[in-house]
Amino acid sequence: MELNQNKMQQYWKTNVLYLFVLLFIWFLVSFGFGILLADQLNTVKIGGVKLGFWFAQQGSVYIFVILIFVYVYLMNKLDKKFDVDEK
Amino acid sequence: MDVQTWTYIIVGGSFALYIGIAIWSRAGSTKEFYVAGGGVPPIANGMATAADWMSAASFISMAGLISFMGYDGSVYLMGWTGGYVLLALLLAPYLRKFGKFTVPDFIGDRYYSNTARTVAVICALFVSFTYVAGQMRGVGVVFSRFLEVDINLGVVLGMCIVFFYAVLGGMKGITYTQVAQYCVLIFAYMVPAIFISLTITGNPIPQLGFLGATPDGTPLLDKLDGLHAELGFAAYTSGSKSMIDVFCITAALMVGTAGLPHVIVRFFTVPRVKDARYSAGWALIFIAILYTTAPAIAAFARTNLITTVSQKEYKSLPSWFKKWEDTGLIAWMDKNNDGKITYTGGKEGGTIFEKKDEKPKFGKAKGESGQRMMENKAGAGTNELFIDQDIMVLANPEIAGLPSWVIALVAAGGLAAALSTAAGLLLVISTSIAHDLIKMQINPNISEKGELMWARIAAAVAVIVAGLFGIYPPGFVAQVVAFAFGLAAASFFPAIVLGIFYKRMNSQGAIAGMVAGLVFTFAYIVYFKFLVDPAFNMKDNWLFGISPEGIGTIGMLVNLVVALTVSAITPPPPANVQELVESIRFPRGAGEAVAH
Repeated sequence: MELNQNKMQQYWKTNVLYLFVLLFIWFLVSFGFGILLADQLNTVKIGGVKLGFWFAQQGSVYIFVILIFVYVYLMNKLDKKFDVDEK
Repeated sequence: MDVQTWTYIIVGGSFALYIGIAIWSRAGSTKEFYVAGGGVPPIANGMATAADWMSAASFISMAGLISFMGYDGSVYLMGWTGGYVLLALLLAPYLRKFGKFTVPDFIGDRYYSNTARTVAVICALFVSFTYVAGQMRGVGVVFSRFLEVDINLGVVLGMCIVFFYAVLGGMKGITYTQVAQYCVLIFAYMVPAIFISLTITGNPIPQLGFLGATPDGTPLLDKLDGLHAELGFAAYTSGSKSMIDVFCITAALMVGTAGLPHVIVRFFTVPRVKDARYSAGWALIFIAILYTTAPAIAAFARTNLITTVSQKEYKSLPSWFKKWEDTGLIAWMDKNNDGKITYTGGKEGGTIFEKKDEKPKFGKAKGESGQRMMENKAGAGTNELFIDQDIMVLANPEIAGLPSWVIALVAAGGLAAALSTAAGLLLVISTSIAHDLIKMQINPNISEKGELMWARIAAAVAVIVAGLFGIYPPGFVAQVVAFAFGLAAASFFPAIVLGIFYKRMNSQGAIAGMVAGLVFTFAYIVYFKFLVDPAFNMKDNWLFGISPEGIGTIGMLVNLVVALTVSAITPPPPANVQELVESIRFPRGAGEAVAH
């Protein structure tokens, strides 16, 4: 590896940090809002739909899509910053 | 023109298109055969992944399933999309950087062991065969319903088409046909959905119509909950499964999705690591279009069904009811002889026939109102209506009063969904045999040409086996699809993730983990699904109240715990493997898929 050890570790650590944050949101919107907290959220409504039910059937899916693109954006930037991107 | 003619034209046209693409994209090398040469653009790969992923079941059955399960159906919506987040973040970029052809390749190299490779090959073959059997059956069913040909002839026709482009084109042929198939299937799904949304809620976008109100001003889902309460069904928006079971089934489906070999292999086909990340995102967008429409269709169709049939006289029902009664997807038994349809749910009211899950057995006789009489014994409940879940998508165009070409389009869409998934799975089977078994284990000196020949022979044999499964469906097919996810969750996913994120994981740990996860999950499912009386397969007898569908989650945890424990007490992996792990963590130098 042409990179020095220290820099490599920093790159990897940042990557893992991104993963933790994004996967936390992933867990929160699906397992959290859609399942564990669904009953509490169902007291609130968006449009004609109870919020917990909406997260379970639609909301979580939208957020999944956003999460992946946020990840792509963050990683592309990180790759450039640490000069490990593909030419 | 009538529906028949339209169906022949549209289905025939779509088949001609697939064959044309197959001829244009023939594979010339093993690399083209296994990973399409590693040069697929990310958007195209996203579409191909979406088509690969969305099977006959997603297209035909899912909306109907949700429509009968209500909130409980969310397990499929979240489970089959959430896995892509795991794929994008935890697997795809690293596996692309690793840069070989298959999942067993990664397992075998990372865990420097042919035993590990063999375990992975067996899992891959098992998962793919159980899955593909259902697809070929799906092809036969669509053919028989729309073209009124024999189911078996339908399977044979489907086999010929898949044979042609999978054997000839390999991954390259499959990828570009899947792009076309995605376009066909999503168009076919959306057109009726948009019209139904307009009819029921006045909003052309089904996802928004779902949030909206019916013409009388009540929000759609409130109305549906009200109808359910009236007829004795569990509320549509709260369901009847326990929270822990919903949690575990969702998790098993998510993790299983991320561990399915035919999905993972798609990320080997793009030029760069960056593209692997992008294509996971594109794939999920293309999947989400269908997956956010499905719950809307489910709610529309459910409301429409109840308001159209409940307490109505059989003679006054619209013509689609009688048409689908002829196919056996819907049936009515006039228990109280009032000529009206009583549709009720719940523990007491819900049973129409004597046994749960009984299918109607029609006799020749017609009843007083002209309905088809059944030989089944009546159950204790007041319910008089049998409905197959598939009707929710298949009958949609007629229920919404759409022209006959839309009905034909749904047939082409169902076939596209089934064929694209079947092709992706067949390729995994052929690669596993030609590459992971013959090239990597039995005869490493085999020439490129010889390997390609074997890959084609394996694909051909797999098509025939899959076709036989479709023609003579073993009784367990429907139950084993749940297996595929549970087993993928309990075996591949932890082994791959640990292989990337935990450098210290060694072959002993990984093998012990995979075997423990597999054995546990397999034993639990077999016990409840095959060994005991079906009546025993219920909440009180399950471990922690988790159904066999959700047990893969526990299997995955078993795998993790065993793998970490065993690796802690055995020596660390050799230095060159640790270097391999280092190198896959950085995108640079991914280049092309490595031929070896």
